[in-house]
Amino acid sequence: MSLKHVKAIVKKELSGYFGSPVAYVFIVIFLLLSGFFTFSVSRFYEMGQADLRAFFEWLPWIFLFLVPAVAMRLWAEERRIGTLELLLTLPVSITELILGKFLAAWLFICFALALTFPLVITVTYLGDPDMGPIFCGYLGGVLLAAALLSVGSMTSSLTRNQVISFILSVVICLFFTLAGWPPVTEAISAWAPAWLVDLVAGFSFVTHFQDLQRGIIDLRDLVYFASVVFFMLFSTAVVLDNRRSL
Amino acid sequence: MIEVKGLTKYFGPVTAVNDISFVVDKGEILGFLGPNGAGKSTTMRMITGYLTPSEGTALIGGKDIVSRGLEARQSIGYLPENAPVYPDMTVLGFLNFCAEIRGFSGKDKHHRVEEIIERCFLSEVRQQSIDTLSKGFKQRVCFAQAILHDPPYLIMDEPTDGLDPNQKHEVRTMILEMAKEKAMIISTHILEEVEAVCTRAIIIAEGRIVADDTPKNLKGMSRLHNTLSLDLEAKEGVDFQKELSTFSWIREVEALGARGGDEAVLRLRIRTGNPPWDPERELWRFCCQKGWTVVSLFREEGRLDEVFRMITAPDRGN
Ligand SMILES: Nc1ncnc2c1ncn2[C@@H]1O[C@H](COP(=O)(O)OP(=O)(O)OP(=O)(O)O)[C@@H](O)[C@H]1O
Ligand SMILES: [Mg+2]
Repeated sequence: MSLKHVKAIVKKELSGYFGSPVAYVFIVIFLLLSGFFTFSVSRFYEMGQADLRAFFEWLPWIFLFLVPAVAMRLWAEERRIGTLELLLTLPVSITELILGKFLAAWLFICFALALTFPLVITVTYLGDPDMGPIFCGYLGGVLLAAALLSVGSMTSSLTRNQVISFILSVVICLFFTLAGWPPVTEAISAWAPAWLVDLVAGFSFVTHFQDLQRGIIDLRDLVYFASVVFFMLFSTAVVLDNRRSL
Repeated sequence: MIEVKGLTKYFGPVTAVNDISFVVDKGEILGFLGPNGAGKSTTMRMITGYLTPSEGTALIGGKDIVSRGLEARQSIGYLPENAPVYPDMTVLGFLNFCAEIRGFSGKDKHHRVEEIIERCFLSEVRQQSIDTLSKGFKQRVCFAQAILHDPPYLIMDEPTDGLDPNQKHEVRTMILEMAKEKAMIISTHILEEVEAVCTRAIIIAEGRIVADDTPKNLKGMSRLHNTLSLDLEAKEGVDFQKELSTFSWIREVEALGARGGDEAVLRLRIRTGNPPWDPERELWRFCCQKGWTVVSLFREEGRLDEVFRMITAPDRGN
């Protein structure tokens, strides 16, 4: 694997994002939604607490729709306009391609996430927040984005149609998200044994994200996100390789 | 050297490419001909590693495209069909990306890209976003990408598609200039292009090779090859056909009627048996003796389009 190749692909992808309206539309919508949910729905000011709980509580739901929207074009668009043929006949390996594209999308979402820094400034101005949970919350957000993106990368490699890719990816991510959502776990625990509830909840993005949000960096959570990303990117490679010999 | 060995591709029940083998040496320009859907693009996609062959393989400079794909792809320049390029990038950005992937950096990269922009006549659009370019310019950008790293093996799927006559000429000139140190495969539907640049032509139909020869020899397969075309001023009461048939070496004289709307000139096509070394001269002399006015006389070389039709659509042949 060559880092130069990965770097070139990341650069090309990012210039593609910022060369089209995609980047700006995404960033604006992301900021508007997070602002709306944090301030209006969760009543950030009225709660009178100097932390970003309100923001982080909504983040998985905002990401659930926005991240697949970024990921849907990763491969589907290349296939549709035919540039996949160009890309796959260049002397780069599939690993480099997948990694480059994934990293670029990830960097882009991290950039959007970083643009929520006025929230941090607001809470430090209003009170004396505990920086630990805020830092961990952002770390959780970054990891959550990676997991959602990897799912989107996989669904995008399946089709040349971005809409199909988006819907598939939202459905899969919704499953991963809902599995640990309290109303769902409660519903399951009504009839299922506790270990099954834990198992299902253990698959959820939200469960692991919440741990981080509370300010606990647990190795198990990190391993969880890393394995989701690895598994999904690996599936992307398998799909791309299979479609080559189709 | 490009060695193609028994390439076969199945798309479900369809056999798009069926056991194709050939070799292209350095210095050769192989023309790839065939009707729509014959399997030209599919073959090229397998040779360049975009599609994995169902059976068989291709060796690019001795490197197997299936098992050592990465190394093999390093020495290939490929212009895919319809010239796909990234619409959101600028011409310069796109070529820089390709140069980086091909392992150029710093000054070297800069020089390469500048040189190729110059050579492919892209200077005026270098900062333009690719989706605002016309079709011909997109084609040129993709062509630039293919020759950017000066690859020893060049594979181009309809390289002059969508270019204006001047640019077609430029591209052909560039291809001929590069010919000496490269092995090239070019697919095209323009038969004059084959005659102008290719040292060899392969015709494929329904996934199989049906002809593999030099353009000249292919033309020799034409039914018109070596026939004489004779235009004479019409003369009342003279049956040219009958009089000409007296030659021992003339097998058949076919009257094609008046030439191009000019009632006064008759066109004859003469099929020869075993002609003297200079049949035109003999024929000319004979006509003069008879007092006929010869408007034109030439020997047909044969036409590639006729051979193409004969080979690829024999039952519908004319
Ligand atoms: N991805 C695919 N799935 C199914 N069939 C395919 C696919 N790609 C090509 N084919 C089929 O394979 C055959 C050969 O197609 P190919 O594109 O190689 O033709 P071609 O010789 O390049 O034609 P043209 O002159 O029109 O470019 C066609 O019958 C086509 O329908
Ligand atoms: Mg084709």
